[in-house]
Amino acid sequence: MATSTGPGRRQTWRTRLYRWDSKGSPYAFVAPFFLVFAAFGLFPLLYTGWLSLHQVSLYNVSRSHWVGLRNYTDLFSGPPSRFFWNALRNTITLGALSTVPQLLIALGLAHLLNYRLRGRTFLRTALLAPYATSVAAATLVFALIFSPEGGMANWLLGLVGAGPVHWEAGHWTSQFAIALIVTWRWTGYNALIYLAAMQAVPGDLYEAAAIDGANRWRQFWHVTVPALRPTILFTVVVSTIGATQLFGEPYLFGGQSGHQGGAANQYETLGVLMYDQGFRNSMLGRASAVAWTMFALLLLLGLVNALIARRLRRAH
Amino acid sequence: MTRAGRTRAGRQHHAGPWTYLVLIVVALASLFPLYWTLVAASTDAHRVVSSPPPLLPGGNLFKNLDYVWHNAGGRGMGVALLNSTLVAGSVTIGTVAFSLLAGFAFAKLRFAGRGVLMSLVVATLAVPAQLSVVPLFILMKRLGLGNHLGALILPTLVTAFGVFFMRQYLVQALPTELLEAARTDGANSLRVVWHVVVPIARPAMAVLGMLTFVQSWNDFLWPIIAMNGATNPTVQVALAGLGTGWSTDWSVIMAGALIGTVPLLLVFVLFGKHIVGGITQGAVKG
Repeated sequence: MATSTGPGRRQTWRTRLYRWDSKGSPYAFVAPFFLVFAAFGLFPLLYTGWLSLHQVSLYNVSRSHWVGLRNYTDLFSGPPSRFFWNALRNTITLGALSTVPQLLIALGLAHLLNYRLRGRTFLRTALLAPYATSVAAATLVFALIFSPEGGMANWLLGLVGAGPVHWEAGHWTSQFAIALIVTWRWTGYNALIYLAAMQAVPGDLYEAAAIDGANRWRQFWHVTVPALRPTILFTVVVSTIGATQLFGEPYLFGGQSGHQGGAANQYETLGVLMYDQGFRNSMLGRASAVAWTMFALLLLLGLVNALIARRLRRAH
Repeated sequence: MTRAGRTRAGRQHHAGPWTYLVLIVVALASLFPLYWTLVAASTDAHRVVSSPPPLLPGGNLFKNLDYVWHNAGGRGMGVALLNSTLVAGSVTIGTVAFSLLAGFAFAKLRFAGRGVLMSLVVATLAVPAQLSVVPLFILMKRLGLGNHLGALILPTLVTAFGVFFMRQYLVQALPTELLEAARTDGANSLRVVWHVVVPIARPAMAVLGMLTFVQSWNDFLWPIIAMNGATNPTVQVALAGLGTGWSTDWSVIMAGALIGTVPLLLVFVLFGKHIVGGITQGAVKG
């Protein structure tokens, strides 16, 4: 690199400027990220925790009243606990209903897309099109499809002789319908992620397996899936985080009763509960307690994931 | 992408009829709800919920579009469309620019604390948005940004994903010798970014820009809290208003959904290939 040899004043000045630039500019380049994150990510994160120990009204946000852990004890065992445990259960069942089939189908689809295909670009684009629609637009279309009067789902059931189902009113039927919206939006996205990982698997592994007499199914199971393990873990983590935060689909699926996740809260998730408590019932402190409980849940899930990942690595 | 080309040779089997059948069925299932939005948006309040349901477009499309264009969400879907474009556009420009700078610094510059700071970026990937909506709501009210589009732009001007994505790209794509050459020619850091980094990063900037635009356009939770009851909502807030309002004219609601989806689908059809590449690139390396 440039070391200044001349004693000239101008050169030392330039050297100093150069040094200052090369020392300072990295920090200047990363500063915007950290400044914005500190203001709108980290500060709110901590402030939510602080707020969860207060009673704060939506309409007068500058006045708060210390209540200690009461928001939490209320949530876990007080009057609103019925809603909390219900929402927690729904978050788990809805999460499982949407994540598990979504990832399994995506894995199968990626395997099929990995064959030599005509119209490959069209198929990939078609599968990814749902990703480009919004929660709002997608949920409204499916709400119409599952509508009790004249909905397409009931019409199809009628064709095969089954009676109409009141999708939105039932506990499992509504959760199934909402899980279908999530699955519809994200399966193609995950399939493409798997496809990319599959194409990185070295071809010799397959050749060796074929020489050993493994058929396509066994090749998929014994070569593709193990090679994809890190990618699968990645998608499991991302979809689990997504499922924990499920909000738009349950909020919009029920129309008028959306803010409480159905007339009987039959598909109210933790995300919807937070919205309902904070922005309908004006209890921002309690909503913050819900948010921090979700955070704890995510940390717990992360821990479980890390443990599983470690065991998988050791087993392999 | 390039990797696909390399390993495609040799080992891949040709798809059989069953593979095509399954893929075509899934592709149709992916596209049908979109097609049906169009069908429903072109009917009327009675026809849309009649049995058997309509399967072909009717004649009311422009009437319904005209109605939501002028009436949805207080000032109409046209205003909402403009607002969403403004928000998603600003967020995209900010995210791409800041991610480029930070990604470049993390990829190619040496500085004290680099490793720690990069781990911090990765750690922030895991912080969910839901955790911060209550304080953000309070913060924005205090800043005088209640019901203001700025409240939607400011918090998402940077993303950890963007920084990470740019870093991964530049580590490989940017030759260190090129930087050193520019340096010995006496270029300062900003000139290096403008004349060396930007031209090389252009493809990654395009992909990150498209992903960010799609994500920002489709963002739901924060806009619905920040802009609740606003007279100038974004598309998603206007759609939510249509869906949870007293009106149950599904043909009009679907016309709104159509307006909210078509711009993105257009972006998607035009740049679909690159978006596909971006998703796979970000995912495999993430």
